[in-house]
Parts: sequence; C-alpha cells; structure tokens
Amino acid sequence: MEEHILELNRISKSFDGKMIIKDLNLKIEKNEFITLLGPSGCGKSTTLRIIGGFEKPDTGTVLFHGKDITGLAPDKRNINTVFQKYSLFPHMNVEENIAFGLKLKKKSKAYIQDKIRYALKLVNLEGFEKRETTSLSGGQQQRIAIARAIVNEPDLLLLDEPLGALDLKLRKDMQRELINIKKEVGITFIYVTHDQEEALTMSDKIVVMNKGIIQQMGTSKSIYDEPQNAFVADFIGESNIVDGVMLEDRVVSISGVKVECVDEGFGTDEPVDVVIRPEDLEIREAGKGYFDGTVISVLFQGAYYEIKIRVADTDWISQSVTAPRAGETVGLYVLPDNIQIMHKPRSEDAEVVRE
Amino acid sequence: MKRKYWAAPYLVWVVGFVVLPLITIGVSAMTDDQGHFTWENLLSIGDPINRQALLFSLAIALGCTVICILLAYPAAMILRSLRLNKRGFAILIMILPMWMNFILRILAWQMILSPNGVLNFLIGKLGAGPLQISNSWIALMIGSVYDFLPFMILPVFNAISDIDEDTIEAARDLGANDRAVFWKVILPLSAPGMISGIIMVFVPAMTSFVIADILGGGKIQLIGNIIEQEFTKSMNWHAGSGLSISLMIFVLISLAFTMKNDLKDKGTTIW
Repeated sequence: MEEHILELNRISKSFDGKMIIKDLNLKIEKNEFITLLGPSGCGKSTTLRIIGGFEKPDTGTVLFHGKDITGLAPDKRNINTVFQKYSLFPHMNVEENIAFGLKLKKKSKAYIQDKIRYALKLVNLEGFEKRETTSLSGGQQQRIAIARAIVNEPDLLLLDEPLGALDLKLRKDMQRELINIKKEVGITFIYVTHDQEEALTMSDKIVVMNKGIIQQMGTSKSIYDEPQNAFVADFIGESNIVDGVMLEDRVVSISGVKVECVDEGFGTDEPVDVVIRPEDLEIREAGKGYFDGTVISVLFQGAYYEIKIRVADTDWISQSVTAPRAGETVGLYVLPDNIQIMHKPRSEDAEVVRE
Repeated sequence: MKRKYWAAPYLVWVVGFVVLPLITIGVSAMTDDQGHFTWENLLSIGDPINRQALLFSLAIALGCTVICILLAYPAAMILRSLRLNKRGFAILIMILPMWMNFILRILAWQMILSPNGVLNFLIGKLGAGPLQISNSWIALMIGSVYDFLPFMILPVFNAISDIDEDTIEAARDLGANDRAVFWKVILPLSAPGMISGIIMVFVPAMTSFVIADILGGGKIQLIGNIIEQEFTKSMNWHAGSGLSISLMIFVLISLAFTMKNDLKDKGTTIW
C-alpha cells in the first residue's frame, strides 16, 4: 500500500440547500495524476475547492499527510491551484507573477531568480520574464499560471479545468506538456475536467462523478472498457446502451435474440443494461450476425464512418472504416468479450465505487 | 462627416464656459488697473499672508485626502463583502448626503460642533468638558472630510469591486494572508480608483472657501478665502485673478508630482 497524500472522509457540502457533494470518500496516492471527471454541476470543482481550502465542507474531514486540514486557510496549505481563468495578477509582469509565492516565503533573490528561469524553461517560455501578462495569449497565460504554482514546490497541484478556455489544437499540445511537466517535477496532480478525452489521455486514475457522488474510480482503461453503470458508459466515450435480459450466465437476450457474452453472476431473467462500444459493433452481410437491420444514415467522421442501424425498435451506432449504403440491410455482430453487462440502477444516482 | 455637427454644442460649451473665462482671468491676472502688463498679481502668491494661506490650504487638503483614503478603503472592503442587495442599500446610505445642499450640510456641522452644540452636550453627559472645536482647523477638517468622503469612496469601491475574486483566491493560494492580499493585490489594483478619488478630493479641498467661512468662523484663512475677498471685499479683480491662476498652476504641479510615481505606464482616464 502506497502512502496516501490526501484523504477525503465522508465529505458533504450543500449551497443554498442544494446538495453538491454527498458523503464523498476519496484517497489520493503520492505522485498520482488523478482526474475528477463529470458533467458541470457534478461537484468536481467544489471537491477541488474543498481540497484547496476555498470552501469548508459541511461535514467530513480532509486529511493531508494524515493531518486534519479541514479548517485550514488556503495560504496555510502546501497545495497550489491552477485556475481555469488563469487569474494572473494584471499589475505584475511575468517574473513578478511567478515570484509572488516565493517572495511571500521570503526566499533569497538568487533563489527566486533561479526558480523563475527553471519554471519558464519548464513551460517553454524562456525569455518571457519582463513581458506584461496582458500581452500574452491564453495558452501562454495558462503556462505562466502553471509556472507560478509549481515554483512553490507544492505537494499537491490542483488544476481546475486549466485547458477549458483554449482551442482544440493548443489543448492537445498542452495535454502533452502537462504530462511532461508532471513527470519532471514529480508532484501529485489533481485535475478537474468535463472533457472525457482529456481525462482518458492524461490520467493515472480517473474518478467519474455525477450529482455529487463518485460513480466509478479506476484507470483510464478500466473505466473505458468496464463501465460500472449506464452513466459512466454514456459519459465516457460513445456507447450503445440497450435494454437486455440476462437469461443465464454468459447468455443475454437483446431484442429477443440470444447473444453470447462473458458476464456471470446475474440473476436468471434479470433485466440489465447492455453496453457495446460503437467500434466493437461489427457490420456483416445480412444474416451473418446476431441481428439484421436497416442502415439509416452514414456520416463521414474523418478516420471512420459513423453508421446508424435500426433493428426493430432499437437504433445502433457502429463505427467502421468501410461504409454500407443507406437503406441497405446488414447483419450486426459483436464479440462476447466486447459486451459489458450492467445491473439496472436501483435509483438514478445509485452509487457504484470500484477501486 | 455630418456627425461632426453633433459636437457643436459641446464646442460652444467648452469655448464659452472654459476657454473664454480662462482667457479673461488670465488677461485680468496679467494686467493692472491701467491695463498695463504686469507679473505682480501672479507673484503676489508669494506675499507672507498669501503664502501662509496657501501652505495652510495645502496642509488641510493633504490631511483631508489622506483621511478620506483611510476611511474609504475599509468602507469599500466592507461594501465588497456585502451581498448584492445589501450593497446597493449601503452605497445609497453613503451617497445620500451628497444630494443635500452643500451649505446646509456645513451649517449642520456648525450646529453640531458649536460650544453649545450636540457634540458638547453629549460629551457633557459623559462628564467631560466642553471641547473647543468650533471655529478651529479641526472643525474645518471634519467638514471637509464629511463633504468629500463620498468622492473617494465611490471610485475606490468601483475599482475594488472590479477585482476578480479569482485573483484574490490565487493570491491566497500562493500563500498570501489577509494583509498580504490587501497590500500586494487589492491596493495596487485599485490604485486608479484611488487616484481618481485623490483628484476629486484634493482639488476641491484645496480651493474651497465656503467650509472655512462657515466652520472657521472667519478666523481661518485658506487661499480660497483670500481669493474670494479679493473679488468681493477688496474689489481687486486683478489680484484675485492672479492668485487664482497661481493656485491652479500650483495644484496642477502638485497633482502631477503625486501621480507620476503611481501611474507608470498604466494610464488612467484622468490624464
């Protein structure tokens, strides 16, 4: 068991009577890149603000290196934040921004100069010391914000949708850079985003949240391949989520057809959610798959075609590099391994946690 | 361009009420009774009595400005922390006196501060003894601060409320306590508002004469009072104009001197 740098114990928080976080437990290990992922309003930013000290939880405790810091002010925590809107100090130039935290800690001039040079090199903005922050592009400002946080050598760096305001190309570059920075400085990163692709690319561990509850926790691969409930399956990537009935172990009935799968341990004739990723749904000649359906639409997506097929009253999405014609009748097949069976949720926000 | 005509009324205004009067005063200042050119009126600011009044005015105006700044910042910080609906009400309360007649407000202070006034009545109830504030520079200072404070609070509050909460959180995140947040973030970011406030408080405090007339009981001579007397009592318009022009130049220089260090390249709308 590795050392837990941060522990959230039974955290709850509500604003104006509205529950934002419900009884949240989370343990974060040292040197992890952990991402809180969820739609807006799911409580991920509030969780981050509680860790940063900007909000106090109504109940529950925050342990940092095993010490209770629940009521500690932000300036007393060795945790730094990179804000979504960068929040650079407009009255200071780049150098003064980066030096802000170090000057407060009364570090020597030489030390501060060293740190500034190192941090600017880290974020690929060497020679920007004297530039005014207002003259920088959004991407550059965000790099300065990262540099400003990192020079303080925090144990924990919180990133609140730091790439949200950047365009797609820049976001991709910054994702790669952030991973490199993380490797270079060896600081634990807690990253908040609503962009599932960003989460899958960057994280060691993803925490999927919805309605203030952790829906699933695990590596990118486990979250993508084995979503624990319909919310996660739907939120992470594209999915076909259809109703099915579990007839016995390894056999599920979809639209009245018996389909082979690998899941066990469900009740006999239990209604379940069946998840099949579009790229796992193979299009074959009519009659050679589990079902036959009519192609409704074919959309060119660049690297692949997105094909919509109607089988009885169910619409399926498939991704394929070859495209059938619209109106054509085709067969659909899926490998047993690629079917994910999930219990129907008892209530809409039923909690599923998996380490 | 047809739209240029729209500026005509303002042009008439500027020429008629700013440029022409300035020229008239300028000419009047640089001539004597016979209409001959002279520097004497302008230089009379250096006469012992005038010089003393000028320095005293400067001291009062500086003191008033500093006190207004010291009062305005806590007020603006409190206003910032209020919820939106309460904030509107609090601002209303603060600027409400501005809607009352200026002379009336000063007369009210005369009543409050007089030997038999409300203040001494209250102090007497506490068993202390009557204060001789009336007709002193203290009364003048109280009146000036009371009158000009809203002109400091409003621009300072506007500047402070424009500061993004995120910026303050970023400072706290980087280890700044309340004190450091104020000195390193709030104060520098609200400097333009403070400078507007300084101009709106310092200049009128420097040149006013009504407050000194009423609260000083005729015993206190600000440079404004001397200029007023040159026009109304001595009927020496040339001397009065000369002093006015000198005072104006003096105010411009002292403001330029104050602003130079603060502004750097940030620039405000004032200059």
